[in-house]
Amino acid sequence: MQFMLLFSRQGKLRLQKWYVPLSDKEKKKITRELVQTVLARKPKMCSFLEWRDLKIVYKRYASLYFCCAIEDQDNELITLEIIHRYVELLDKYFGSVCELDIIFNFEKAYFILDEFLLGGEVQETSKKNVLKAIEQADLLQEKTEYHSKSFIGFKKAY
Amino acid sequence: MSDIVEKTLTALPGLFLQNQLGGGPAAAKASFSSRLGSLVRGITALTSKHEEEKLIQQELSSLKATVSAPTTTLKMMKECMVRLIYCEMLGYDASFGYIHAIKLAQQGNLLEKRVGYLAVSLFLHESHELLLLLVNTVVKDLQSTNLVEVCMALTVVSQIFPREMIPAVLPLIEDKLQHSKEIIRRKAVLALYKFHLIAPNQVQHIHIKFRKALCDRDVGVMAASLHIYLRMIKENSSGYKDLTGSFVTILKQVVGGKLPVDFNYHSVPAPWLQIQLLRILGLLGKDDQRTSELMYDVLDESLRRAELNHNVTYAILFECVHTVYSIYPKSELLEKAAKCIGKFVLSPKINLKYLGLKALTYVIQQDPTLALQHQMTIIECLDHPDPIIKRETLELLYRITNAQNVTVIVQKMLEYLHQSKEEYVIVNLVGKIAELAEKYAPDNAWFIQTMNAVFSVGGDVMHPDIPNNFLRLLAEGFDDETEDQQLRLYAVQSYLTLLDMENVFYPQRFLQVMSWVLGEYSYLLDKETPAEVIAKLYKLLMNDSVSSETKTWLIAAVTKLTPQAHSSDTVERLIHEFTISLDTCMRQHAFELKHLHENVELMKSLLPVDRSCEDLAVDASLSFLDGFVAEGLSQGAAPYKPHHQRQEEKLSQEKVLNFEPYGLSFSSSGFTGRQSPAGISLGSDISGNSAETGLKETNSLKLEGIKKLWGKEGYLPKKESKTGNESGALPIPQESIMENVDQAITKKDQSQVLTQSKEEKEKQLLASSLFVGLGSESTVNLLGKADTVSHKFRRKSKIKEAKSGETSHNMTCSSFSSLSNVAYEDDYYLNALHDRGDKELKTFSLNSELLDSESLTELPLVEKFSNCSLSTPSLFADNSMEIFHPPQSIAASVAKESSLASSFLEETTEYIHSNAMEVCNNETISVSSYKIWKDDCLLMVWSVTNKSGLELKSANLEIFPAENFKVTEQPGCCLPIMEAESTKSFQYSVQIEEPFTEGILSGFISYHMMDTHSAQLEFSVNLSLLDFIRPLKISSEDFGKLWLSFANDVKQNVKMSESQAALPSALKTLQQKLRLHIIEIIGNEGLLACQLLPSIPCLLHCRVYADVLALWFRSSCSTLPDYLLYQCQKVMEGS
Repeated sequence: MQFMLLFSRQGKLRLQKWYVPLSDKEKKKITRELVQTVLARKPKMCSFLEWRDLKIVYKRYASLYFCCAIEDQDNELITLEIIHRYVELLDKYFGSVCELDIIFNFEKAYFILDEFLLGGEVQETSKKNVLKAIEQADLLQEKTEYHSKSFIGFKKAY
Repeated sequence: MSDIVEKTLTALPGLFLQNQLGGGPAAAKASFSSRLGSLVRGITALTSKHEEEKLIQQELSSLKATVSAPTTTLKMMKECMVRLIYCEMLGYDASFGYIHAIKLAQQGNLLEKRVGYLAVSLFLHESHELLLLLVNTVVKDLQSTNLVEVCMALTVVSQIFPREMIPAVLPLIEDKLQHSKEIIRRKAVLALYKFHLIAPNQVQHIHIKFRKALCDRDVGVMAASLHIYLRMIKENSSGYKDLTGSFVTILKQVVGGKLPVDFNYHSVPAPWLQIQLLRILGLLGKDDQRTSELMYDVLDESLRRAELNHNVTYAILFECVHTVYSIYPKSELLEKAAKCIGKFVLSPKINLKYLGLKALTYVIQQDPTLALQHQMTIIECLDHPDPIIKRETLELLYRITNAQNVTVIVQKMLEYLHQSKEEYVIVNLVGKIAELAEKYAPDNAWFIQTMNAVFSVGGDVMHPDIPNNFLRLLAEGFDDETEDQQLRLYAVQSYLTLLDMENVFYPQRFLQVMSWVLGEYSYLLDKETPAEVIAKLYKLLMNDSVSSETKTWLIAAVTKLTPQAHSSDTVERLIHEFTISLDTCMRQHAFELKHLHENVELMKSLLPVDRSCEDLAVDASLSFLDGFVAEGLSQGAAPYKPHHQRQEEKLSQEKVLNFEPYGLSFSSSGFTGRQSPAGISLGSDISGNSAETGLKETNSLKLEGIKKLWGKEGYLPKKESKTGNESGALPIPQESIMENVDQAITKKDQSQVLTQSKEEKEKQLLASSLFVGLGSESTVNLLGKADTVSHKFRRKSKIKEAKSGETSHNMTCSSFSSLSNVAYEDDYYLNALHDRGDKELKTFSLNSELLDSESLTELPLVEKFSNCSLSTPSLFADNSMEIFHPPQSIAASVAKESSLASSFLEETTEYIHSNAMEVCNNETISVSSYKIWKDDCLLMVWSVTNKSGLELKSANLEIFPAENFKVTEQPGCCLPIMEAESTKSFQYSVQIEEPFTEGILSGFISYHMMDTHSAQLEFSVNLSLLDFIRPLKISSEDFGKLWLSFANDVKQNVKMSESQAALPSALKTLQQKLRLHIIEIIGNEGLLACQLLPSIPCLLHCRVYADVLALWFRSSCSTLPDYLLYQCQKVMEGS
């Protein structure tokens, strides 16, 4: 996978993860063009896009668009499932996730993503294992943060 | 879930107001007093982009002050970091915070460190200079006892790490492969994967460890190692064939549901793992029947299991189909895969339909009938509202285009082209249309019009080859002069009409094409005079929207036309205007025109009509300047010397440069080396030499090992060689086919009394015109339309073809009737309309008897699997046989096998050899092999022992040709009869072409038993680079000279184990294990040399500090040092 973008229906970027080295200028250009292209697509249309020499796989969950860029020989359908698995993970972690969770706790969303995908490849596909890893790190944090109020108001996964 | 999100979103503005009241769970979340929260809320409340910018700039400047203040605690820093990430995501520059992110990762506690690492991975890219500052932190954390810290370090390493610092962390990460926690092992594997991507040389020595990871008891670790394997197999599939069995077994287990339930995804077992494995298998089985056979079963199983109606099963199916079509074909599997593709294509789900089309595009060359089966669906997709589906359909159609359907397909492509705005799409599509038009154009008018569309839409973004090829095509023409002239005339006329239109702007490239064509071929016009054409060109010249480059094209055209126009005011006016132009280029052209215009005769001979393809006769000796030269010489000027002569003289004055590659004979004269900046550190002996030899730079290019990628032809399509028997072949214009189709349709309607809606009929008509000629080339050939038609607009061929539109039409009609194949014809078209694939096939096979040689080449690729020839050139036959005489049949029992080998070797004591190893056996025979490392080659000996009491006939041993290996059979090996309980030896000398790490040589032994029952046994042996390394015995002096002449060097520090901490013992190890020759040991430095057969020298300079051995390789071959280094590391670690 080359990169993953999360953006809202209004075109606001919510999360970006780049697995290929690109300059900031290029990143901005790609993001702008891609957000435009994807938002212009109608709901009944196909989830795949050929864009420049990349394949874009996107899916809308409520108000958020999840958008991945893959290479030509990669499997589009399984990329859709990667997106879905990520949403499932977020959902489980935040407890019925909504866009606000991701806006206010975006670093958490990044942590989960890093446990699931690493360097553009799927790292761990077991939902249990991913969440276990996150919780472990969180628990240690809570211990160190015990005495003070955390600004991160995350809901624990039930 | 989505409902909830939807609701929250609509309530968003309200929620922010409610925050103070603290109502609702989401509001509670938003109400905590965080700076990020207020920032986010602040931004959401704003209405304009401008206000947002102001707010963020404010925020950034306050952040800048905070992060650089000494009083800021790490906790505050962490919070700042989160806000910085947020600002950066919104597109604002927060680079001042990068260094603080690194600091935070370094100094913070776990929580802060985590945010610090995240910020680093989001802010920096792998070549960012600040990243170097992170290395120490990573090293520290990798050694930490805290699991979470190790995880964090591994996570960041797997994402970004500076390439040059890999050696610093590599040993630590290798250790982690043995860690007790699977999460650590998994991340370590992924970190190594990352290293493999950015610096494959550095991780070469741990390939064995990857194998261990592949066998890890944890599924996650195993799955992670597949990423590496996929990558490595993609680069070199032949090196991993031995793993096929393991991959198949793993896939079998996964498909069979043997994995923990955790790895199920929507009750499908580990889909990601399955897909990864399928991709690996596809690569391994490509063009390899033996390997493919291993995977047929499991692929069948996968196809069968994936029945559930969920997206993820489709993903697996799709990959399966892909694999089935990639590997050596098996008809049953292909049939099943084709059915799957059908499922995709016919699916109402748009995503699946898209993939179905994609799969069709992929397999269409192998199996064109598949497209016929789905033609109606394809037609529907052509008018699909989703442009992506349309585009994929066009891609599919592009692959099935032929001379009969080209007009319809190109029309569809042009329609799409007119709607698309994205540059990438336009460039791509324009290229395809131009290619098809050039290949299959049915007539002049169509061709020119299509190209006009290409030029006016593709305009200035298209590939420059398109107009160039088009012009060359026009200029060079085909074989028929009248046809050529018609095409040119048509082009000229069409451009004049286009230029007449008011207020239309054409792309510059199109205008350039027009001006060239008008300049060259306006003479063909009857009505318009050259003067009129010049007037039109002049109008364009005065147009401001025309670029100056195009204007020079226009002036060139006018210049060409001027001699034909008897007297033109326009030309005068033009000269007048442009001789005072500010553009120097234009002014130059105008002056040229002016001077030529004054001498009409000269102008006519300089610019002859229609001679663009012929070379001008130029007086290359410049004889008209003889007088000038004579005058100069008489006044004492030095005689002229050509460049190369001057160069030679210059060189002969200096020391002679040797441009020949260095062989292995080292005479000290005539040697000029490359100056090594570090040469002096080599010890006194060598640095003495560098002073005299190293001063001059060699100016020869190192061309060794560089592939020649560009030919003179550029990307021109290959010329088709046409055979003489096609001279009777005739082109058929599109209409005649359409007529036939029409007839066929009406007939069909009458006979079947089917009431079809008009729309449907149109679609079927379209289908028949699209799919005509697909999978039925034979029919076409039968009717006398050989393939030559399809290449009408290809480059000139040597054999003349009589072609003319009119006659061809008539003659084709007559050929239709004369063959009285009308019934047959109808049958064919009805088939096409009816989508009756089976009957189609029958027609196909019927006609195949009538195929001529030409159409044979059109057969699907599937049938083209040719057997590899087993013969190898015997280049080394004579130089190795003289020393070595194979012993004649030595009787021995199986038990005595090893003693036999040694007795055999007594004859060749001067060579080192390996122990005999059994490579394969059965109840009758046993084959063992050993290697003899001869000075000039590797000699492989296979001794075959007949264990049975029977005589074996025509025993034969053959080695499969392997890439990179030159295998030469030694004579006297194949003996037709093998007596009972005897042993035969087969010897092959092996040479390599390129350095490598490990290779496999495989072959088989075949024999006949008494009862004519024949058997075959396969075997393989591993070859290592070391088998081809020989000591190179040279003096220290020669070493010094050679060292300076080699350009490729590699340096690496290797840790020595305690047992060999002293230099002599370390070198001894290298001498024994790698066969390096120790030249000299000077203090703590050592010089070694070796050569890779046949004669690539490699030098090694070693130096010891404490327990570190600094290795420095140099060689004339660019890859050899890397491979040797790898071997050295292995040896030093292993001992």
